[in-house]
Amino acid sequence: MQPGLESYLALSGILFTIGAVGVVFKRNAIGLFMSIEIMLNAVNLSFVAFARFYGDTTGQLFVFIVMSVAAVEAAVGLGIIITYFRNKSSVDVDEASLMKN
Amino acid sequence: MTVIFILLAGLAIGCAVSCVYQKNALYSAISLVGTFIALASIYLTLMAPFIAIAQILVYAGAIMVLVIFVILLLNLDEEYKLSRMRYLYYIGALLGIGLLVQTFFIFNTVKKSSATAVRNTTAGNAESIGMAMYTEYLLPVEIVGILLLMGIVGAMIMARRLREPKDLRVEEKE
Repeated sequence: MQPGLESYLALSGILFTIGAVGVVFKRNAIGLFMSIEIMLNAVNLSFVAFARFYGDTTGQLFVFIVMSVAAVEAAVGLGIIITYFRNKSSVDVDEASLMKN
Repeated sequence: MTVIFILLAGLAIGCAVSCVYQKNALYSAISLVGTFIALASIYLTLMAPFIAIAQILVYAGAIMVLVIFVILLLNLDEEYKLSRMRYLYYIGALLGIGLLVQTFFIFNTVKKSSATAVRNTTAGNAESIGMAMYTEYLLPVEIVGILLLMGIVGAMIMARRLREPKDLRVEEKE
């Protein structure tokens, strides 16, 4: 027998929590990026679970759109990380204070 | 079915925790691939084969290869602990506890409502997703296409090396 909707939502919430805590704790820009990917995947999981339990395709369609946005985010974000590393020789986000003051 | 779900959920959560916890960026990238594959398997059990394949192709195939390329290209050191911003520990712990409590409440509320899986076998195959994508939701798909174009241009502008504008400087000196 299949687990109920609440199990999938609980898994999604736990993954989202891990991602959010990772965004706060990580100092490495690439680590931040991967934590954001975990959060996007948690949201995707809840979309797919709702689509399954309400028999509607729309949720899966929006998972596809979220995936496209994640791909764009990967391309642009990694470009920003490379540019930042070229200027600062590190990817520590604590040192990114050029626009402070 | 429940046993498979528990195994896959444990794999996903364990790999996600490992991804956040590892100091070495390459190890956390590999753990993240494990999370993606576990989630793709869960999508298969949720009767979403198209999304599962797209998950493996786009996330594990494209995005993570890009991330690993960048990690190898930058030759990163191991990460240090938080030193300057100690208050971030408290903010992070509060955020995590708050989100977990929310998850618990959602779990209880949804469990009482007891939604059961609808027997709809056509939802989730490539045909029905394609029909929805190119008829009813054409505008969001077009917007995503424009976003992808902007991403291509933006990544090229971000990652290229800017040349020194020598001609302009000469003109300014004169």
